[in-house]
Amino acid sequence: MQTNQLLAMFSGSLLLLGLIAYFLARGKAARVRASGTSMYAQPDQYGWFTVMSTAGPALAVGAVGSFVMLLVGAEIPPLLLLAGSLVVACAGLVIGVAMVRPDFHARQAIERVIRFFLAGAALISIFTTLGILLSIVFEAIRFFQMQSFWDFITGTTWNPGASFLAAAGRAEEGASAAQFGSVPLFAGTFMITFIAMLVAIPIGLLAAIYMAEYAPPKVRTFAKPVLEVLAGIPTVVYGFFAAITVAPIIVGIAGFFGVEASFNNALAPGIVMGIMIIPFISSLSDDVINSVPNSMREGSLALGLTKGEMIRDIVVPAALPGIISASLLAVSRALGETMIVVMAAGMRPNLTANPLEDMTTVTVRIVAALTGDQEFASAETLSAFALGLVLFVVTLSLNLVSVIMIRRFREKYRVNNL
Amino acid sequence: MRQSFDDISAQLRARHRKSARLKWISMGALGLAALFLVLFFADMLVKGLPAFQQAKIQVEVDYSEQASQIPLAAVNEDVRPLVSRGYLRLIPGRMRDNPDLLGTTRMEWVLADGQVDQYLKGHHARLSDKEKAVVDRLKEEGRAELPFNTTFFTSGDSKMPELAGIASAAMGTVLTLLVTLAVAFPIGVMTAVYLEEFAPDNRFTQLIEININNLAAIPSILFGLLGLAIFINFFGVPRSSPVIGGLTLALMTLPVIIIATRTALRSVPDSIRHAAFGVGCSRWQMVRDHVLPLALPGIMTGSIIGLAQAMGETAPLIIVGMVAFIPDVTTSFTDAATVLPAQIFTWAGEPDRAFIEKTSGGILVLLAVLITLNATAVVLRKKFERRW
Amino acid sequence: MNMKVAQRGENVMKQDQPGQPVTRNDDANHELSVRVRDLDLWYGDFHALKSINMDLYQKNVTALIGPSGCGKSTFLRCLNRMNDLIPSVSIKGLIEMDGRDVNESKMDEVALRRRVGMVFQKPNPFPKSIYDNIVYAPKMHDLVSRKADQDELVERALRDAGLWEEVKDKLHQPGTSLSGGQQQRLCIARAIAVQPDVILMDEPTSALDPISTATIEDLMDKLKQQFTIITVTHNMQQAARVADYTAFFHLGEVVEYNDTKTMFSTPHTKKAEDYITGRYG
Repeated sequence: MQTNQLLAMFSGSLLLLGLIAYFLARGKAARVRASGTSMYAQPDQYGWFTVMSTAGPALAVGAVGSFVMLLVGAEIPPLLLLAGSLVVACAGLVIGVAMVRPDFHARQAIERVIRFFLAGAALISIFTTLGILLSIVFEAIRFFQMQSFWDFITGTTWNPGASFLAAAGRAEEGASAAQFGSVPLFAGTFMITFIAMLVAIPIGLLAAIYMAEYAPPKVRTFAKPVLEVLAGIPTVVYGFFAAITVAPIIVGIAGFFGVEASFNNALAPGIVMGIMIIPFISSLSDDVINSVPNSMREGSLALGLTKGEMIRDIVVPAALPGIISASLLAVSRALGETMIVVMAAGMRPNLTANPLEDMTTVTVRIVAALTGDQEFASAETLSAFALGLVLFVVTLSLNLVSVIMIRRFREKYRVNNL
Repeated sequence: MRQSFDDISAQLRARHRKSARLKWISMGALGLAALFLVLFFADMLVKGLPAFQQAKIQVEVDYSEQASQIPLAAVNEDVRPLVSRGYLRLIPGRMRDNPDLLGTTRMEWVLADGQVDQYLKGHHARLSDKEKAVVDRLKEEGRAELPFNTTFFTSGDSKMPELAGIASAAMGTVLTLLVTLAVAFPIGVMTAVYLEEFAPDNRFTQLIEININNLAAIPSILFGLLGLAIFINFFGVPRSSPVIGGLTLALMTLPVIIIATRTALRSVPDSIRHAAFGVGCSRWQMVRDHVLPLALPGIMTGSIIGLAQAMGETAPLIIVGMVAFIPDVTTSFTDAATVLPAQIFTWAGEPDRAFIEKTSGGILVLLAVLITLNATAVVLRKKFERRW
Repeated sequence: MNMKVAQRGENVMKQDQPGQPVTRNDDANHELSVRVRDLDLWYGDFHALKSINMDLYQKNVTALIGPSGCGKSTFLRCLNRMNDLIPSVSIKGLIEMDGRDVNESKMDEVALRRRVGMVFQKPNPFPKSIYDNIVYAPKMHDLVSRKADQDELVERALRDAGLWEEVKDKLHQPGTSLSGGQQQRLCIARAIAVQPDVILMDEPTSALDPISTATIEDLMDKLKQQFTIITVTHNMQQAARVADYTAFFHLGEVVEYNDTKTMFSTPHTKKAEDYITGRYG
């Protein structure tokens, strides 16, 4: 029999058992009730309880069994496993029906099970983080068994070896050994992030100031969604725009001034990424500026300050922790942004301070390493996980610092709507 | 001696100017963002709208015996390079399906080659002067047109731009998002219900909360690494399939749904809960019968927004192999598939100018769907918004 | 409406000498500071101030009393045009200061606020150091530039506000680190540092404990030698203790404007008497 059919039969019989359990237990409870004995719960609550006692253990046995097979690799015949869990289901049914007694709190038992399930769902988010961490860490460890950690952190040459060179049409250079010095990748990442921030922080902050302090309500209701559209455009679209439209413009402008620029220059993805990040900064800053108490504004205006002075010297400094926190989140986002740089930035690890040259980034190399025809255990593939680990650590710390700062700000002005 | 109003006003002049400058600069910043948006959409429309037209030419098709062997022979030599090769290749099959065709000669509107398409749209095309002259003549005779491009919506990917379409990617997106929704929605709502309504306020709960906020800010590409290392390599989920893509996106969407649901639950006033407890509801009955129905519009809105986000996501899907070349529309959850953003990414890498048009066309479709989804969310929120 | 009021003899003062107190306080200064004539104010459709007439005198403390929502705070905020911040407000009538109508279009509200300072109900020090809280506005106004002048200004303002001894060793700590009463005195110091003519106080002690309240009342008594002080208060004893003149507001009207002693011993109107004796409010 096929696994699919087997599974279908299993779920069918389990469903049937559940139905039987429900009606048996409800019937029994109804009879007890009809005889005049008062019970702790409603008949259908006893019914549901019995359904749970039937299906719950059976599913648990099935799940544990398949997990053991995956983990240990032990061969349990699927038929045996499913049959076993059906037996457990029958046992659960019998026990469940037997527990239908007037003094049994079926409702509380159901509540406990539901609570357990809800808590289980809440754990999945923890497992996701753990999953990301573990998958990255394990593969990264395998990478560092092949390559020196010190060279990875301090090396200035990223040259994963023949496969990459062959793809770039320079196979003859592939004779040299693979080198994994990540400094040029991080330099490229930081350069592009820096350009993005140069665009996003001033525009985002000023737009937030305008919306919070100057804009009439009509403009505000119109401008907020417009900014949010910027955040909703998929990154792959931004990437295409950066590569096809912005990069040639930059090359053209550079050419006009007699400077040579690469079509994969760092400026194009940086600027476009900055535009993408504007709404992150503006919407968080807008919230923060709005939550600066009005007494601060009144206090400064009552001293005979102009509105501009009030904003510059009182409101913005008061909102500063929130603004910094927004900017940190934005940096974290820019560091991890992938599609824009994959499509618009270069592939060549290049240690330079000139944003008109092509540079590559951490995320570009992760994608490159995992989309080639490499076998999984090769150093190049595993290098993606080492890069991912660094990316994870950096963005995680930025996020944590940002969360702590915004919490401090919230406590300072006792506002809870952030 | 105190200063008069006029003295002070005179001193203030420069400060007022400075103050006004801040207003104009900040207004300019907002304007700049809006201007960018306008330029961006204009650029995409100019580049992408032609993709919804596709050149067709009227030629004589000779369904001869020879044509069923060598499809190229079906059309006259002078227009042969102008007809799409993909179209010609279909001729023997059509003749097999419809034996009546054999031996007939018909004037038919046939799909033109991608270069003819580009030439008719006024772009640079790799056609010889002679071929250009033929196209010009056809156009003058009314035998070359640019009708609406149905192929773009009905066919899958192709190496020939005139045959490339978004159908397989659209189907892949639908399948992937179904998986995402099926996984992320129940788990997300359950998590939020637990955190808002059941969880004791202890360190563990706080840990979950911090963790969820963090998860929302982890770069998407790292979710791809998780999908690759755990789902594919450990659990053996098929690579490139809607299942793996959907699962990966589900984990990314989870925090969005959790946060939206918690906000919706929090906006239900405690008086409702107290009333439910007052009539003897247990906690679960209170949540199920009273709080969840009231929070549902908020939950839906958040889920739609989360889904829209997942729909535009590309990076993690590249890592789990969803940038495959998929010429046929599949409806299986476990076969290789691609999604719209991934299709856009693949086309963006094609050197042919005609594919820039396809890419922009795909982008327009994607943006239209995303804007519709988000607008639906906004309308839902407006319609069911309730002030307590 | 006005007819009825007049028949009951409630609006004596408005009828006879518009804007002047019913009884003269001979200890008080009678140089005119602010002249208010027929002032009306609406919040949207709500008529919040109805034809107010008042002469406010220099270097006095004038107290505005009345039940909640009677318009006394709104009136106070008209005097430095803080109501401009609320979009739905419309104002009619004359508020004259130094020969100029403060609501005229040529009047620069920033210049007005330079001369009419304000202390708020809740202390609102800026999130800056004590020193910067005080020196910030004078620096913007170009009143001081040299460091030594700034130090001197800070010390003088803090001494005038009776806070110097308490904070002289921690001038560079944040203003928010002080206690509530100290913060309020810091706000007073901040207001007097720009040398205004008039200081408006909007229930300055309502958020404070009795001891801080007493300190601030003493301070008001001292400050009236240099400044015109107009204070809104909920606390009638406070008005009786510190004010030279007192105005009783009710439903957007000035029912009685009188010498404080007369107001609290033999009020001329029934409503004021009822309020002062605690029948309502």
